[in-house]
Amino acid sequence: MTRDQLLGAYRRLRLLREFEERTRVEFQTGQIAGFTHLYAGMEAIAVGVCEHLTDDDKIISTHRGHGHCLAKGCDPIAMMKELWGSTEGLCRGKGGTMHIADFSRGMLGANAVVGAGAPIAVGAALASSIMDASWVAVSFVGDGGTNIGSVYEAMNLAVVLRLPKIFVIEDNGWGEMTPIDNVAGNRDLAGRAAAMGMPAVSVDGVDFFAVHAAAGVAVSRARSGEGPSTIVASAPRFYGHHEGDPQLYRSREDVAELRRREDCLPRFIDRVSTSGELTSAELSVVDEEIALLMDSAVEQSKAAPRPTAENVLQDVYVRYR
Amino acid sequence: MTIKSMRDALNEALHHEFARDPRVFLIGEDVGGFEKDGVPVEIGGVFGVSKGLYRQYGRKRVIDTPISEAAIIGAASGAALCGLRPVAEIMFADLTAVCFDQIVNQIAKFRYMFGGQCACPVVIRMTTGGGRNAGAQHSQTFYPIFTSFPGLKVVVPSNAYDAKGLLITAIRDEDPVLFFEPKVLYTEKCDVPDEAYSIPFGEAAMPREGEDVTIVAFGQAVNWSVQAADELRKSRGIRCDVIDPRTPSPLDEETILESVAATGRLVVVDESPPRCGLTADIAALVADKAFHDLKAPIKTVTAPHTPVPQARELERAYLPNPRRIIAAVEEALR
Repeated sequence: MTRDQLLGAYRRLRLLREFEERTRVEFQTGQIAGFTHLYAGMEAIAVGVCEHLTDDDKIISTHRGHGHCLAKGCDPIAMMKELWGSTEGLCRGKGGTMHIADFSRGMLGANAVVGAGAPIAVGAALASSIMDASWVAVSFVGDGGTNIGSVYEAMNLAVVLRLPKIFVIEDNGWGEMTPIDNVAGNRDLAGRAAAMGMPAVSVDGVDFFAVHAAAGVAVSRARSGEGPSTIVASAPRFYGHHEGDPQLYRSREDVAELRRREDCLPRFIDRVSTSGELTSAELSVVDEEIALLMDSAVEQSKAAPRPTAENVLQDVYVRYR
Repeated sequence: MTIKSMRDALNEALHHEFARDPRVFLIGEDVGGFEKDGVPVEIGGVFGVSKGLYRQYGRKRVIDTPISEAAIIGAASGAALCGLRPVAEIMFADLTAVCFDQIVNQIAKFRYMFGGQCACPVVIRMTTGGGRNAGAQHSQTFYPIFTSFPGLKVVVPSNAYDAKGLLITAIRDEDPVLFFEPKVLYTEKCDVPDEAYSIPFGEAAMPREGEDVTIVAFGQAVNWSVQAADELRKSRGIRCDVIDPRTPSPLDEETILESVAATGRLVVVDESPPRCGLTADIAALVADKAFHDLKAPIKTVTAPHTPVPQARELERAYLPNPRRIIAAVEEALR
């Protein structure tokens, strides 16, 4: 990767992290309504994959979707306004935290039904194939989603039709509050995907460079018409299933230890500093820039226009009567 | 104009739209065909509705899938979000239960929850209803359930002419359309023009007109209602409006309310079970908006609150029929 690319990747990693940290604070003040699921800890997965994608490529995300949206290029200010429920939000306040989309960026929606995005992303890949287009489609699904039947229906169909599709399984070890170890008959999630008839690899999702390398292979395979593949990336979830989750199932010490050992940001900084590719001064500039951006996003969201009752009736259909 | 079956009328509609719009494609189980030893073998749909499409357009536009309803609907909706015009086939309406999430949580909601930034112009075709002794899991109607979901449009043709025009409208429509084909009507014939034509949604047909009683019916119940109306007219001189809304969503409320304003009497007929269905819906509409036009209680004719039974005698007893509609009209006139 060039220095510019590395700096861009760092900017996005930092943006994803700070967006979630700030969302958490604002959620606690009661500014943000709804079930909010934070992506903190898993940033290297979304960024590692999306660095290979253009606005033409399509992704579908999960209930824990802020990171994927930002990695795909959604405007953080319009996203924050969406969390606030403003008419200036990306979805005019109709979607909220679990349904952020920006079709102009190829972000076809975060999806609040576990696993449901996989078949829809297969459709986006099918469209690419029918139209002889060059875009690929990526679905992000959590480890919990590997126990949903429609994910395997989607994998099988993508293999049968040889579609430009990448299945990214984000293994944070928890399906809501239940450890994946307790609910996976076969804990080898990549093996389960491979059994559907496609290449599937497991990578360390804390290591941006590992994800980036695996995604590069999968994306170029998809673009060149060789069909789908699966990447299983494991990374910790720093916060609860949702904001307000008391996390009775794990101790504060365990979480603190995860943060110490398994944080993609220090890991990234370490690597680029040791190699001398980026200086700490350059990284600090990015950090300050992102901090200001978050302040601005929150300030603008607080002042953004609110929807009114008439908005309830809009955009159900293109045309009904 | 030639006499055609509903099966052939639907097939023509698909051929017209495939030829007119390269974005249209068909996806489902057994809809196309496959190659055996380099020779194409056509399936053309379990009921023959997609006959000839695979041969003409190949597997890029006529896509046979695994038996994976959630993947079929997801694939169709994802392609629709990317600018194509998918027609997905689910063999029996009952099987939408397998992909209910993809229809009601996904397709029905995309435009709304994403703030109007997308459209999802997908058509989901499926067979519906009883009369073929197919038993409890292959005979349900399911259109009442989908009518209750904002974001979906719902079509139930009752004859070959309407089926062709409504399917063409459905494929050209910008919104998701659930298209229910009453399987017993596939072989029923009427005059159907050879050329393409479209029938607007939300405009009821009135196959019989009369001033005494309004009958509103859906799908194959329209035909039973027409038989009942003809019999009543012949034997008793009773004249009925028979209204076929054709699209439960959007519903042509005006035609129903105007007719009830004239007759003061309403019978609603559908082969679905009685609770939370279209008969209850139309009855509620009229009770709410036209109570003072009514001269008698509203009567409904439905299946009982049971699953659809299989044996001939049982299914015959289960489904509404002209005799029961005549009895309901007589009660409404009492």
